[in-house]
Amino acid sequence: MVERRIVVEALARVEGEGALKVRIKDGAVEQVELNIFEPPRFFEGFLPGRDFREAPDITSRICGICPIAYQMSAVHAMEAACRVSVTGPLRDLRRLLYCGEWIESHVLHIHMLHAPDFLGYESAIDMARDHGPAVQRGLRLKKIGNSIVSTIGGREVHPINARVGGFYRAPSRRELLGLRDELLWARDAAREAVLWTGTLPFPEFEQDYEFVALRHEHEYPMNEGRIVSNRGLDVAASEFEDHVEEIHVAHSTALQARIKARGAYLLGPLARYALNFNRLPADVQEAAKAAGLGPVCRNPFRSITVRAVEVLYAFEEALRLIEAYREPEEPAIVVEPRTARGTWATEAPRGMLYHRYDIDTDGTIKTARIMPPTSQNQPSIESDLKGVIAANLDLDDAALQARCEQTIRNYDPCISCATHFLKLDIERA
Amino acid sequence: MSLVIGIGNETRGDDAAGPLVARRVAEAARPGLRVIEAVCEPAALMDAWAGEARVFVADACAPLVQSGHIHRFDAHAARLPEALGAVSSHGIGLGMAIELARALNALPRELIVFAIEGADFAPGAALSPPVAAAIEDVARRILAEAG
Repeated sequence: MVERRIVVEALARVEGEGALKVRIKDGAVEQVELNIFEPPRFFEGFLPGRDFREAPDITSRICGICPIAYQMSAVHAMEAACRVSVTGPLRDLRRLLYCGEWIESHVLHIHMLHAPDFLGYESAIDMARDHGPAVQRGLRLKKIGNSIVSTIGGREVHPINARVGGFYRAPSRRELLGLRDELLWARDAAREAVLWTGTLPFPEFEQDYEFVALRHEHEYPMNEGRIVSNRGLDVAASEFEDHVEEIHVAHSTALQARIKARGAYLLGPLARYALNFNRLPADVQEAAKAAGLGPVCRNPFRSITVRAVEVLYAFEEALRLIEAYREPEEPAIVVEPRTARGTWATEAPRGMLYHRYDIDTDGTIKTARIMPPTSQNQPSIESDLKGVIAANLDLDDAALQARCEQTIRNYDPCISCATHFLKLDIERA
Repeated sequence: MSLVIGIGNETRGDDAAGPLVARRVAEAARPGLRVIEAVCEPAALMDAWAGEARVFVADACAPLVQSGHIHRFDAHAARLPEALGAVSSHGIGLGMAIELARALNALPRELIVFAIEGADFAPGAALSPPVAAAIEDVARRILAEAG
């Protein structure tokens, strides 16, 4: 009997704390576990009793790199419960804010966390010595994304300006136009970054995923859309839990999820791209093709290019929104609470983030459920690992471990988000 | 011209140390001394110190010895110890920002970092007394070294 074990005690270049255990016996992959041992943070437990207007600020503390995703899912869910809809310039500002977050998150991941894997470096610092121009371009792109977030969100880290109904303060047209010159540079630089990622050496590996993402009538989705898949799922957010269930596995403090009828599914850039390619502007589609992508990509290692495509799209969309912006009369609409349930999903950089709240007539939150994308993606991550390991058994342990870590980083996992809640049952004998 | 950069988040307890050092230095209104506050964003830092011969950075750091303990580092002499740094890959710490700048040949000719060990970084926490005392000390030392 020949047994190989690969254990990574602490995964590097991912957000949060996780580990990997692999057992290979007689040439067959017997066990793959993505262990998430970040302490669960019980957000769903302490939201009940809080005011519905506090949900965006409380939930956004779950994560430092995707706070806007939490704010947007929360405000839209509360507005759905209260039967109001934010439209016009306020809607556009929310979309512009999300562009900033996509840019910040994706650019950080592409250049600081993932590209080193493809080029054989231990860290982005080592990579910067040999690939200075690419790294400098990435740093400047991220800085511009930060400036979008700080201009509209009020702060680069943990933005504070979004609220149920809109914003506390709407920026002036002049403030937004002040971003224009940098955005014009960034759009061209982002296109170069797409082409650069297309030159990276990609392992050949594909999975037959069930992609799940939002789909909107006419735009690449961020804040709105039906939840759809390439295998027939097509539901409103209010029906999502009829089709998906969360489960607890022993080796993870983050709940996993599966489609009841079929099992694992994939959220994130590959899913958004596959289900919404024809919502991308023609020149963004062309950049994707020039970087080696078709309308659908099933190779998770090429997610780095798909993220770069979404960065390019976000800059183009930001320019369009800024040009069209007219200052609203009020920074927010009035939202009166009612006894109701509100559900909503928005597209966080890592994938669809689902929120569901029950609130009372006085606005008190009665129940809360949050399903982050990394939680939902765990079964797919483990499935990918099994496939990658099986295809690379000829590698020595060090090389196989590196390939496994690169595979996990395909998902840009946010372990801090994934461990937001675990139901705790205590039996005392 | 010398530049003083105070890095930190003043809403998170002892993480206010960097910005508060910057404000104490700015109060001296010393000619030839430019003072700014910043978050630890590598591109912004490199833009801020571009062309500056001498740069002082003040920041809070993880507790190692005791709250209020002051570390002084010459960034050209050695890397900042990793133990002092950021705890999240999504928040690029000062150490990593400096190493990125070094790798990109974008460090100023002289870069001195004053790191004050903090105790409490919780949102809304008050500044701990040892850190408050260290802020005054670091501001004095920067003014003395800046000449």
